[in-house]
Order: sequence, then C-alpha cells, then structure tokens
Amino acid sequence: MLELLTGFVEELRAAGLPVSLTESIDAAAAMHHVPMEDRQALKYALAATLVKSADHWRAFDTAFEVFFSLRGERYGIDAGSGNSSAETAAAGSDGQEGAVGAAGAGGGSPVSAEDLAEQLYRALLFGDDGRLVALARMAVGRFAGMEPGRPVGGTYYLYRTLRQLDMDGLRGRLLDAARMQAPGGALSPLEERLMSDEMQQRLTRLRNAVEDEIRRRLVADRGAQALARSLRSPLPEEIDFMHATRDELLALQRAIRPLSRKLAVRLARKRRRGRTGPLDFRSTVRHSLSTGGVPVDLRFRPPHPAKPELVVIADISGSVASFARFTLHLVHALSDQFSKVRSFVFIDGIDEVTEIFDRSDDVAEAVHRVNTEADVVWVDGHSDYGHALGVFWERWGHGITSRTSVLVLGDARNNYHAPQAWVLQEVGLRARHLYWLNPEPRSYWGSGDSVVDVYGAHCDEVVEVRNLRQLEHFVSQLT
Amino acid sequence: MTSEASRPVAPAARGSELGEDLGPLGFPDPGPARFAGVDDVRDQLAAAGYLADDAIAGVVHLADRLAKPVLIEGPAGTGKTELAKSVARVTGSRLVRLQCYEGLDESKALYEWNYRKQLLRIQAQQVLDAGPASDASSTVASASGGDSGSGRASGGPGRLTWRDVEEDIFSEEFLLARPLLQAIRSTEPVVLLVDEVDRVELETEALLLEVLSEYQVSIPELGTVRAQRIPLVFLTSNNTRELSEALKRRCLYLHLDYPTLERERAIVTSRVPGIGDELADQVARIVRSLRTLELKKPPSVSETLDWARTLVLLGIEQVDAENARATLHVLLKYRSDLERAAKELEMTQTDGR
Ligand SMILES: Nc1ncnc2c1ncn2[C@@H]1O[C@H](COP(=O)(O)OP(=O)(O)O)[C@@H](O)[C@H]1O
Ligand SMILES: [Mg+2]
Repeated sequence: MLELLTGFVEELRAAGLPVSLTESIDAAAAMHHVPMEDRQALKYALAATLVKSADHWRAFDTAFEVFFSLRGERYGIDAGSGNSSAETAAAGSDGQEGAVGAAGAGGGSPVSAEDLAEQLYRALLFGDDGRLVALARMAVGRFAGMEPGRPVGGTYYLYRTLRQLDMDGLRGRLLDAARMQAPGGALSPLEERLMSDEMQQRLTRLRNAVEDEIRRRLVADRGAQALARSLRSPLPEEIDFMHATRDELLALQRAIRPLSRKLAVRLARKRRRGRTGPLDFRSTVRHSLSTGGVPVDLRFRPPHPAKPELVVIADISGSVASFARFTLHLVHALSDQFSKVRSFVFIDGIDEVTEIFDRSDDVAEAVHRVNTEADVVWVDGHSDYGHALGVFWERWGHGITSRTSVLVLGDARNNYHAPQAWVLQEVGLRARHLYWLNPEPRSYWGSGDSVVDVYGAHCDEVVEVRNLRQLEHFVSQLT
Repeated sequence: MTSEASRPVAPAARGSELGEDLGPLGFPDPGPARFAGVDDVRDQLAAAGYLADDAIAGVVHLADRLAKPVLIEGPAGTGKTELAKSVARVTGSRLVRLQCYEGLDESKALYEWNYRKQLLRIQAQQVLDAGPASDASSTVASASGGDSGSGRASGGPGRLTWRDVEEDIFSEEFLLARPLLQAIRSTEPVVLLVDEVDRVELETEALLLEVLSEYQVSIPELGTVRAQRIPLVFLTSNNTRELSEALKRRCLYLHLDYPTLERERAIVTSRVPGIGDELADQVARIVRSLRTLELKKPPSVSETLDWARTLVLLGIEQVDAENARATLHVLLKYRSDLERAAKELEMTQTDGR
C-alpha cells in the first residue's frame, strides 16, 4: 500500500501539485485511520493531506481514479477476455447489482442493444444510480470496442460509447416522461427548466460512469503509471493562452472569475495599507487623557491614496486573441481599482471599446461583444502594429498623462510592416508607466517578424505572460 | 521582596506540561479519540443540526486523530464557520474564536500588556514614593492593585525598588490574554476557530503558524505556556488571498463548496421550521439551477435558508414563476443577477397554465 502511495504522490508531483515530504508522511499517517476497503474515505483522507488548493482537485481526482481504481473485490475485471465475455463478467461479478445481471443478461447470454437502452432509460428515469453504474459498465463492454494494447486515448472510446447510447434521444424521452407525469400533462416553463437541469445532471452521471469504466479497463491494460501520464493535463493556472484547446479555454473561463474577485480584494487592501495618513493631533491628545496625558496611542488620519489610470491597447488577431480576451476580462473586472480604464483593440485598424465595457455589467459578455463589434480591420486583417499605433497616437494620444499606466498586449509579430516605434517612445515619455505584455515564450522574442525588442526599448518592462499565473502576478503588482 | 505569594499565578502558566510530546513518526499525541469514526462524526454533527458530507466528516475525523489543524476554504456562506461551532458543540468544548481582520496583530491575537493599568500602577507608586504615607496616597495605592500591603510589610513604607515595580506590572494581573493564548492555556477542552484567516497580513500568518506548530506560547516576562491537550483548530478562508505554502502544509485542507441537491434539501429541512418536503425540494432545485448560471454572486446556503424562511413566512407552499420572481431578491443581491435569473428560469411572464 505504501508503495502505491509513493507512486501516487510521484504522479501528483508530475502533474504539477506541490506535494512536500511532510504532506506525503501525513498522507501515510492518514491512511491508518480509514478503513482500507472504503475507497471514498480513502480518497478524502488523501485529498485532505495532499491537495491544498481547489484548483488542483481535478488533477488529483484523475490520478486517484487511475491509481486506486482496482481496489476492492467487486471491481474485479476480466481484462484478457473478449468483449462479450467481459460484458457478462461485468454484469455477473457484481453481487450488489445482481438484479441487473439477472434481468438484463438473462443468466449469461449477452443483453441486446435495445434491452440495454431500455434499461438505461429506466435507471435514469428513476434516478437509480447503482443500476446506472452497472449498466454503464455493460455498455462500455458492448460499444467501446476496446482492444488490449491499442494505442488510442480514452476519449475515443468515450465518444464511441456515448454515440451508441444516444444521449440526446435519452434526454428527450426523459423530459417527455416528466411532462406526462405532471398534472395536466405539461410543465410550466419554470418546471421545464428545473426538470431539464435535473435530467442533465443524471446524464452527466451516466457519462461519468462510462468514463470511469473505460479508465478502469485502460488501467488494467496499460498500468496505472502509464495511463496517468497520458491523462495528465495542465493545471488551470498553467494553461498556455496561445495553445489552449477548447476544454482548456473553458477551464480558463471558469478560473478567471474567482481570480478577478481575489485580485480585487488584494489590490484594494494593498492600496489602503500602502500609506498611513498624517498624524491626527486632536485625536491623539483626546486619547492620552486616559493615560494621564501621556500620548501612548498615536492616532492617524485615514490615508487617501490616488488610484492610477489605465490604458490598455490589445492586439486581438488570431493567435493572441484569447490572451487579449482574458487580460481584458481581468482588467475590466478590476476597474474599481483604477480611476479609469480605457481599452483599445486592434488588428491593422484600431478602435476604442471602453464603452462596451461601461455599458454592460457583465464583463464576460462585454469581452464577447468586443470581438464582434469593434472595428479593427483596416486593409487585410493581418496585424499591423505600426499602423494601429500611429492611429492611436493621432486620435487618443493626448489622453495619456503622467497619471496613466499603459499596457500593450500582443506578440509584436508585425508581418514585416514598419513598426513606427516612435509612437511608443512618445507614449513612454508621457505616461507614468508603459508595459508590454507578450504571450509568447521569451525565447521566441525577436525571431522572424517579431519586433518586440524594438518596442521594448521604450517600455518600462516587457513581461512574458503566457498563462493565468503570470497574468495574476503582473496585475497584482500594477497598482 | 516577597510578593510572590500574593501574585496570582495561572495554573497553566507554571504548572502543566505535556508529558510524552511526540509519538512515532514525529506526530504529537492526539489524546483520546473524540469520535468513534467517520460515521460517528457525521451522526453527531447531524444531531446538532449540521449536515456533513463524506469529505467534511472525514477531515474532522482526521483532525482529531492526527492532531492537525483544518484549513477550510470556499465561497462565503457555505458553512465554514458553522462547522467549527458545531464541532465545539458536539465535543462539549468551549469555542474560542479569533476573528481575523486587516491589521490584526500579535497584541490582539496572542496577548498584550495592559499598559493603561501598568501606567496607573507606576503613577500610584510615584505618589507613594513622593512623601510619607498620607491619607490620599494610601488610598491610591490600595486602589491600584491591592498588594500594596504586602509590599509595605516587607520593604518599609512604600519604598519599592524599580525592579519590584517592574516585576509587579509584568505579572498575570496586567496580562490581557487574547484568543490564541486563551485557547492554549485553557484547562477545559476548546475548539479554536481562526475565522477568515485570509484577511490578515503575512506576518500575522507567520505568528499563527508558529502557535499552531508548537501549541505553546512563550511570554518573556512570565515563562512558557503549553497546551494541556492539542485543541481542535479550524481556520477558515474565503480565498481572497493565497495563504502561505507553510501554513497550508501544516494544515489538513477542506474545500467547502456549495452542497449537492440532496444535502442542501436536508439542510433546508433541518434549519427551516415548518417547511414541507415538497417546498424544500423545490427550493433546493431552483437554487441548484441558479448556480449553473454565470452570476456575479451565486446564492449561498445562508441565502437559500433566508429564501426558504421567507417563503414559509409568506405561507407559500409551492413556488411558481410569480412568487419566485417576487421573492428572488432575498436570494440574489445584484440587479443584473436578478434579471438574468428571471430570464433564464422563465420567470419573466406568468405561467401559461
Ligand atoms: N452543512 C450545513 N448544515 C447545516 N447548516 C448549514 C450547513 N452549511 C451551512 N449552513 C447554514 O448556513 C449558514 C451560513 O454558514 P456560515 O458557516 O456562516 O458560512 P461561512 O462561514 O462559510 O461563510 C449557517 O448559519 C448555517 O445555518
Ligand atoms: Mg464565516
């Protein structure tokens, strides 16, 4: 068991979790206090000692399911056998859900596809989770077409199975059934919505059960270590803006809200603490009366720190678009921390989008609208930093003062146009601070058509911002 | 001087010592078990009105067995503070609460000397020293502490050296014990709650870490105070700031998120007197659906309870679009959230039927 734990901890570290030696010792100690056969209790005991951030839960969860999936009698698996016998084994070996095996497999003969679909539908309708799991296992055996040693990912098998299960069809049937049961044979719009959320949740449980079963079989085939390695995915704060997959973009979207809330509080505090106000003489004297006139307690007036002004100029063309989106989102979610935030977006043309943010009270929605409403194409829709910056200076340059901090966002890949670096020189001279945030790895800077070094010469700093962690770090130092 | 006898000494300050400190593997002795197991934690908490899931019950059980503090993180109103209170209740412990805020420092968290009282004591001594024991001065002296009698008996009329005075004013009598010290030197069982720890600055966090590693406090003027038994400790955080790695390493970690439908329904049923099962179910389902929307401030458990109470108060037995819309402001605090909720949950017009 201790060996298993060691491997597990190594996997967590490889996935990016900062597990210390103390914590792994704690985990070993914790295992003594949970009954070994209780997988759920074991999971929470390990989580309590090894995972110290909610963002790391997913990575932990995946690794746990892989490493500890084969424990317990009833999880026995007949990995070597072909599909049809694996399926009866899955149904039969399950003492607890024996009813399903008996009703479905009819004492050993494989269940028909129609039968399986019907039983699944009924299990979903009655919310019978135990049955659902048993059926999901059968469905994988029947539909996933898993073969030992085949080098395909779990998602391939997942989609193969789900397609056969016809999730949309199931959802429709379930909702119909709910409507039939309602008094009058119909649901009110509110009830309709609640019911649809409920059915969605049950279908998600089915999907998870299918995923679990596929994972279990893959572990049996390839071994825990190898599988965990292939399932590893970056933690949300480490996802690369420029190469995020669709799922990763969703994870980023989920992460950005709590992050902006957290940053807002931190910045507000920092500003308040930054300076102490002047001595309040009257109050000090008044308070000294209780100590016989000795001014033991010095009283200060509350400080009034000034909020800086922010101007953001963002390239929103193709490869850097999501970087711009998340940065704009964060900055505008923090707009209370600045006296004013103005935003400009460009490709080869440039447009001010401040108003889109001001008008909408939902930042995510505003960011979305920026992409559709801003007028940013001038000639051909390929980035032209020089032209965009030139127009910016001409039309809005006078708005920059010694209270303004300017952020330019982009990879500075200028398609070999003229950089017009003099604009940044002017901006830099006038503004309080000028920063360039580049989503490319530092080692790429200046290669090919990147002119970031030319611009960088006029900036206070060029900062590499490839992921949320770096973005958070930069923004938290901004005010 | 020999005022030793008259000075009150806290039993915990001088007397008690933890016997065998460290067990095998360097773990401190957790003492006799407070719970019989995970299920016992869950049952006891449920009996006290707190409905725990496997993760919550599991971590409380471990905290007891490993004698480690628990760091609870999660959105506001999900039952973090309430968990600590409930654990105190079921274990028959006194709850000692350190409410954190920005600017909280050692003197408010651990202890400080009552300097006003010390100053008065010194001034009284000056009066005493200034002249022969006139009526006025002896009144002041006896008012200042009551041990002037013993001082005079041994050292002549009012003649105390500065060292005597110093020793006197740094005695137990002038000490203000703050929650951390209170918890450490308590002779009865305590649960220590360090609430909203994310609000304090890093230095104060370091102080906490020190206390939670040693379970002892040393006061230079008085000596070292040790806990008789390591108390159960809960730290809560709304996650407005990343806590230090060191503190996290020291603690068991529990992320308290919004409860599942089933648990929230049970919480509503147990906390809202007079609510029917059907209404409790509806409330929990609507709240769950609301939380799937991208709201600025998703409803918390306490808001769910407020809403359920409101519905009961208004005599509503079944939620429909109309009465939901009319009472939704109890649940959601932003106007944009209210609008979005009404639109998404089809509450904008009255029911078709
Ligand atoms: N699991 C639970 N069982 C019973 N009541 C709960 C539970 N979780 C939350 N509550 C209720 O929610 C309210 C808010 O909880 P609280 O502990 O103050 O939240 P937090 O400290 O997380 O902000 C409590 O007063 C309690 O009534
Ligand atoms: Mg609280």
